[in-house]
Amino acid sequence: MAVMAEPVAAQVKRSSLWTRAFESRHFLGAMFMVPAIAILILFLAYPLALGFWLGMTDTKIGGAGRFIGFQNFVSLSKDSVFWLSVFNTIFYTVAASAVKFAIGLYLALLLNERLPFKSMVRAIVLLPFVVPTVLSAIAFWWIYDSQFSIISWVLIKAGLITHYIDFLGDPWNARWSVVAANIWRGVPFVAITLLAGLQTISPSLYEAANLDGATNLQRFRHITLPMLSPIIAVVMTFSVLMTFTDFQLIYTITRGGPINATHLMATLSFQRAITGGNLGEGAAISNAMIPFLVAAILLSFFGLQRSRWQQGGRD
Amino acid sequence: MTTTDDQSVGMDYLESFPRKFLRVYLPLGLIIFFLLFPFYWMAVATFKPDAEMYDYEKYNPFWILHPTLEHIKKLFFDTDYPLWMWNTVIVSVSSTCISLFASVCAAYAIERLRYKGSRYVGLAIFLGYLVPPSILFIPLAAIVFQLGLFDGNLALILTYPTFLIPFCTWLLMGYFRTIPYELEECALIDGATRIQILTKITLPLSLPGVISAGIFAFTLSWNEFIYALTFISSSENKTIPVGAITELVNGDVYHWGALMAAALTGSVPVVILYSFFVEYYVSAMTGAVKE
Repeated sequence: MAVMAEPVAAQVKRSSLWTRAFESRHFLGAMFMVPAIAILILFLAYPLALGFWLGMTDTKIGGAGRFIGFQNFVSLSKDSVFWLSVFNTIFYTVAASAVKFAIGLYLALLLNERLPFKSMVRAIVLLPFVVPTVLSAIAFWWIYDSQFSIISWVLIKAGLITHYIDFLGDPWNARWSVVAANIWRGVPFVAITLLAGLQTISPSLYEAANLDGATNLQRFRHITLPMLSPIIAVVMTFSVLMTFTDFQLIYTITRGGPINATHLMATLSFQRAITGGNLGEGAAISNAMIPFLVAAILLSFFGLQRSRWQQGGRD
Repeated sequence: MTTTDDQSVGMDYLESFPRKFLRVYLPLGLIIFFLLFPFYWMAVATFKPDAEMYDYEKYNPFWILHPTLEHIKKLFFDTDYPLWMWNTVIVSVSSTCISLFASVCAAYAIERLRYKGSRYVGLAIFLGYLVPPSILFIPLAAIVFQLGLFDGNLALILTYPTFLIPFCTWLLMGYFRTIPYELEECALIDGATRIQILTKITLPLSLPGVISAGIFAFTLSWNEFIYALTFISSSENKTIPVGAITELVNGDVYHWGALMAAALTGSVPVVILYSFFVEYYVSAMTGAVKE
């Protein structure tokens, strides 16, 4: 860090309090932070705190609530729909993230090959991530339609099944359907960020390994994976956070149905708080997501520290 | 980041074409098919007349025999769709501008003025990036209601920066870090004020970063759903994603043609913008992850 050069001469010449204040980088720094900090405190930090408070009250829409301590959590712990939503959220996150990682890494490796029209292919691959999730989810909704599903039609024509699959009517079909839609949307993000990581690995490492007679698998195992592991940790943390708190896909495709089989914690809290009007209970459900999120962040943070240390990095 | 793929020839020339086809092109083609099919399906449904859409026996579902603009016409003239489009544009542009302004100032202050505690503020802003909208929307709804902003564009314009500012600030901090200190020191010696330095030296040099942040922020606010769904209730104030989901479904009657037309026409502006700025978009996406 370089030391800032303070213009001493200027300070002597102009000495009113106001101009001197503007010469001070601490004061000026504080002024520069005002717009961002004001918005973040009013609409991020304050709501976060208010959310904790709301979760301990019985607030309804349009009325003040009173403090009821952990009552909401006690009643939620006896609520089978809540536990179903916790199970769904974990299942959704684990299944979707694992597949997103596998396909994403594979796609990144493919895109890292020498290809014609490489930048165009990369631009096309990223499309599902760019297009508004709700709008592409509408397309999935139509693809999963019980009467006009194109997947069922193709499978019937191919002679593999005899009648249309009820994608969104059966609990497990519905779960796998939304997982598939989530994978579709998440793979490009994982692939393109991992590709950026792959491009920073020096090809000379691979050439050296080739000269030593390493096989493809060995090169992947001993060069690509270790070099890529820090970025994998970050990308997967983001991916897990986005999947765990997902709302849009579920709300568009199933609205939590059939019989709550696809309700995630986020959609359940929306249903209880906004549709049902029980702000307090909904806030308690959102708050119940926080321990999971913190655990995911800490896990990747410490994993990252360890891998950095293994590679001889400073921090 | 150093991109090395151009200089390396590697040992690729040892591989025959059929082998490479099986190993690279075939799986790549399959994945791209899987990624693009929903868009094709969206486009087909948009231009397909109802008669063909609901009859797979007589008409091949993969093709359109008599393309029609009837769904698009219905969408534009029989629904509030033009208003939703207008709202989405207004909200995205305003929240992006507000966020860019606030983030440029904040990132410059954190990275270059290095006031007391700037490191901790930078860290706090990054943590703000990790707070998902799904746990904020309930208390935010209460706040929006108290402030009297409920059911208006302003509710969205003021709340979207909560996820845009942390992201943009974090990204811009990375860009500002790459600009040599010496340039600023020269300007300081020449008597430039901090604001002059920011607008005449730092900003022009980090223009790619500002564009990246702007493009990404714009698409994020165009995509936003949960706040818009919670804070807006009347049809004429909705954004495209919310309007399409809530207004084009009457009970059990789904207007599939209009829904698909809304999905397609609502995606096109973002995709056009994206296609002009792919490199910026990608660098915003990867840059935010790599720090």
